Amino acid sequence: MIRSRTVIVRYTTSQRVNHWINAICFTLMVLSGLSMFHPIMFWLSNLFGGGQWTRAVHPWIGCVLMVSYIGMIVQFWRANLWHSEDNTWMKSVAAVVEDDEERIPPVGHNNAGQKLVFWAMTLLIPTLFLTGLVIWEVYFGEATPIPVQRAAVLIHSTAAFLAIIIWIVHVYAGIWVRHSMRAMTQGYVTPGWAWRHHRKWLRELAADPNDKTAIRKRP
Amino acid sequence: MSDLQSQDYIRRSASTMTPPSARNAEQQVAKLIDVSRCIGCKACQSACMEWNDLRQEIGHFEGSYQNPNDLSPDVWTLMKFAEYENEQGNLEWLIRKDGCMHCEDPGCLKACPAPGAIVQYANGIVDFISDKCIGCGYCVKGCPFDVPRISKKDHKSYKCTLCSDRVSVGLEPACVKACPTGAIMFGTKTDMTAWAGERIVDLKSRGFENAGLYDPQAVGGTHVMYVLHHADKPELYSGLPAHPRISAAVEAWKGIAKPLAMVGIALAAVVGFFHYIVKGPNEVTEEDEAQGERVLEEETENTP
Repeated sequence: MIRSRTVIVRYTTSQRVNHWINAICFTLMVLSGLSMFHPIMFWLSNLFGGGQWTRAVHPWIGCVLMVSYIGMIVQFWRANLWHSEDNTWMKSVAAVVEDDEERIPPVGHNNAGQKLVFWAMTLLIPTLFLTGLVIWEVYFGEATPIPVQRAAVLIHSTAAFLAIIIWIVHVYAGIWVRHSMRAMTQGYVTPGWAWRHHRKWLRELAADPNDKTAIRKRP
Repeated sequence: MSDLQSQDYIRRSASTMTPPSARNAEQQVAKLIDVSRCIGCKACQSACMEWNDLRQEIGHFEGSYQNPNDLSPDVWTLMKFAEYENEQGNLEWLIRKDGCMHCEDPGCLKACPAPGAIVQYANGIVDFISDKCIGCGYCVKGCPFDVPRISKKDHKSYKCTLCSDRVSVGLEPACVKACPTGAIMFGTKTDMTAWAGERIVDLKSRGFENAGLYDPQAVGGTHVMYVLHHADKPELYSGLPAHPRISAAVEAWKGIAKPLAMVGIALAAVVGFFHYIVKGPNEVTEEDEAQGERVLEEETENTP
C-alpha cells in the first residue's frame, strides 16, 4: 500500500475532544443505565461502586453528556444539514452494507447515515435529559406528579434503547470502515480514504482555495 | 426489615431466579381495618412509632386532626381524617388508617431494579430489605397507593413492614396490639375475610347499605383490607383509589420492554459482528490512494 505523503484534516482538536467527552459519558450512561434497567445487567453497577453509587452518579454524568452534546450540535450541525443527495444515498443503503462502492453516489463531508446518527442523537439526548430530570429522585422526586414520572421513565427507557441501537451502529461503522477511528483519534485521513468514502467532500476541499489549510503533510 | 435467613420468599425484586421458597406452608395473613369502628385515637400511629423506633420531625398545625400531614420515611402509618357531608346533609367523619396495603401483586416489587431490595414472603407480607435498596424511587412509580417514601438522609425507601419481625415470631403487628376498639384485626386472610363479612352484615342492618370489604382484585387482593361503610365510594376516605392497579406505563416498562430491549441490543451487536465476519474491514485500496492524490494535485493546479 502506498503511504500517502499528504493527509487531510477531518476533525479539529476541539471536535475530537468534544466527541470523546461525549463518547465516554455516553458509554458510562449505557453501563449504569442498563444496570438499573434489567436485573441480568445489575452486576454492571459494581463498576460504579454499587447500586447506590450507580443511582447517584448516573444523572450527573447525564448532565455532563447534555452539555457536551450541545457542543457537538454547535460543532457539527452544519455538516449534517440534509440535502437531496442524501435521499439518493439512502436508496443505495443496500450497496453500502454490501460494500459495493460502484453503486454508492459520491458523498460530501458526511453521508446520510452519519447525518441520521447525528439528528437521532440530537433528538434523543435532550429527551433522555429532560425525562431523566423528572425521575431524578434526589432533587426532583416531588417536583412532578407520579403519573408524569411513570410516563417519563417509560419514555426514558425507550429513548435509551433507541440511542443504544444507534450507538452500536455508529461504533460498528467506525470499526468496519478502516481508519475512521484514526480520523476521530488523530484527526486526519488520507486522500485515498476521502476518495473512497467522501469523494464529493474531497473534490470540494481540493477546489476551494480557502480549504487548503485542511491539507497537511503527514505527521 | 432485616433479612433473617428467610426461606419463604414468593417474590423477590429484580430476580430472574426462583428465590429460596421451601418454607411455604405459612398461612396468608391479613390486617383488617374496620373503619366503622375507628375512633381516630391514633394509638396505632403511636404504637408504630414505638415499635419501629420512628420519630418524625415535629411539624406545624395545618387545621386538621391529621398529624403529621403525610406519610414519610419516618411515618409508616397515618390516620387520615376526611370530613364528608352525606346526602342527608349530615357530617360524617371518615377516618382511615393509611399505609402499605401489602398487595398480592406488588407494583413496588415489580418496578424495583435492585435484586432482593423488595421481597414478598409466603404469608403475603411485602417487605423492603433496606440495605439492598439503591434509592432510585422506582417503587414510588410502581405503587398504586402512593405509599413508599424515600429518605433524603440515607436514600432508602421506607414503608409499613406489617411488622414482619413481630409476625414472624407469632405476634400481631404493633398497631393491632394497640387498637383500643378492635378496629384493627389481624389473622389469616381467610379468617379476616369471614370476619369482615359479619361486620358488613351488621353495618347493612344498621342502614349502611353500601358497606363492603375493600380488597381490590386488580392488584391480586391486598393483605391489608378495609371494611368501609361506603365501599361504593372509597375515594371519600382521603382518596383511597376505587380501582387501584399497576399503571400500564409501569407494566410496559417492567414487562415487554425489558426482554425486547435486551434482545434488540444483543441482536444489533451480533448483526454487526457477523457483518464484519462476512464482509471484512472496509479498506482503502492502493487505487483509492492514487485517485485521491490525483484529485488533490489536479485541483490544486487548477486553482490559483
